[in-house]
Amino acid sequence: MNGAGPSIAFWVLAAVTLIAGGGVMLSRSLFHAVLLLILTFIGIAGFFVLLSAEFIAMAQIIIYVGAISVLVLFAILLTPRAGRYNGETKMLLPALLLSVCLAAVFLFVIRDAAWPRVNSEPHFNTNQLGEALLSTWVLPFEIASVLLTAALVGAIMLARTPQEEAEDALA
Amino acid sequence: MSIGIEHFLTVGALLFCLGLLVALSKRNAIGVLMGVEMMLNAVNLTLITFSRFSTSERPITGQVFVVFVITVAAAEAAVALALAVSVYRNRDTVDVDRINLLKS
Repeated sequence: MNGAGPSIAFWVLAAVTLIAGGGVMLSRSLFHAVLLLILTFIGIAGFFVLLSAEFIAMAQIIIYVGAISVLVLFAILLTPRAGRYNGETKMLLPALLLSVCLAAVFLFVIRDAAWPRVNSEPHFNTNQLGEALLSTWVLPFEIASVLLTAALVGAIMLARTPQEEAEDALA
Repeated sequence: MSIGIEHFLTVGALLFCLGLLVALSKRNAIGVLMGVEMMLNAVNLTLITFSRFSTSERPITGQVFVVFVITVAAAEAAVALALAVSVYRNRDTVDVDRINLLKS
């Protein structure tokens, strides 16, 4: 990826994504953490556009920025008497150690590996993605829809109150 | 300076490690879930990067896999948040260090 445009876009997106991600860790309020998490998702969507995956970028905006963040906000609102404090347990030090070691390993591998040099511009489009999803990958696609249905039914079962369950048993 | 595969992979790796740190160290169960979502996003970024810079004949497969990862992540988020609400109803807390009924 040559030229000034992609470079500037990359560095801006990297800064936004990683600073917002660090903010999720550092912020002391759960609400602020969710808002920073949404900013991280938007940064990732920008990366997808930069990597010419437009459909995935739109799906990222709709599913993560739209649906999952709202779900997380609802979960915070539905647990009113629980703490809003976004603190750490006493596992902070081991977790920090593990993360830093893992990051070091990743960065070493990324620096050291011989990645293929692709100079041609890719020719992705959403047609190809749709054709691949509905021809080669049609069975995983259908299984994913069954999984989603089962998970949503399970989530409703888990989240309803005991009174509602008693009413259903009587009916 | 041209932007190559290493740059994107570095951002993905750093975001994954940040998500791991959040998931392992946060006290609130919803905070832990936010860390898991960050890790899944970092993996998606890595998959899309490999798909973009791939020399394979059908690089679109990487994007197909990301579609499935997003689907499973949505299912996971729904079930995990329902679990958090359910635990809150029984224990009045979602702090993972206070959910210790099985601790002798």
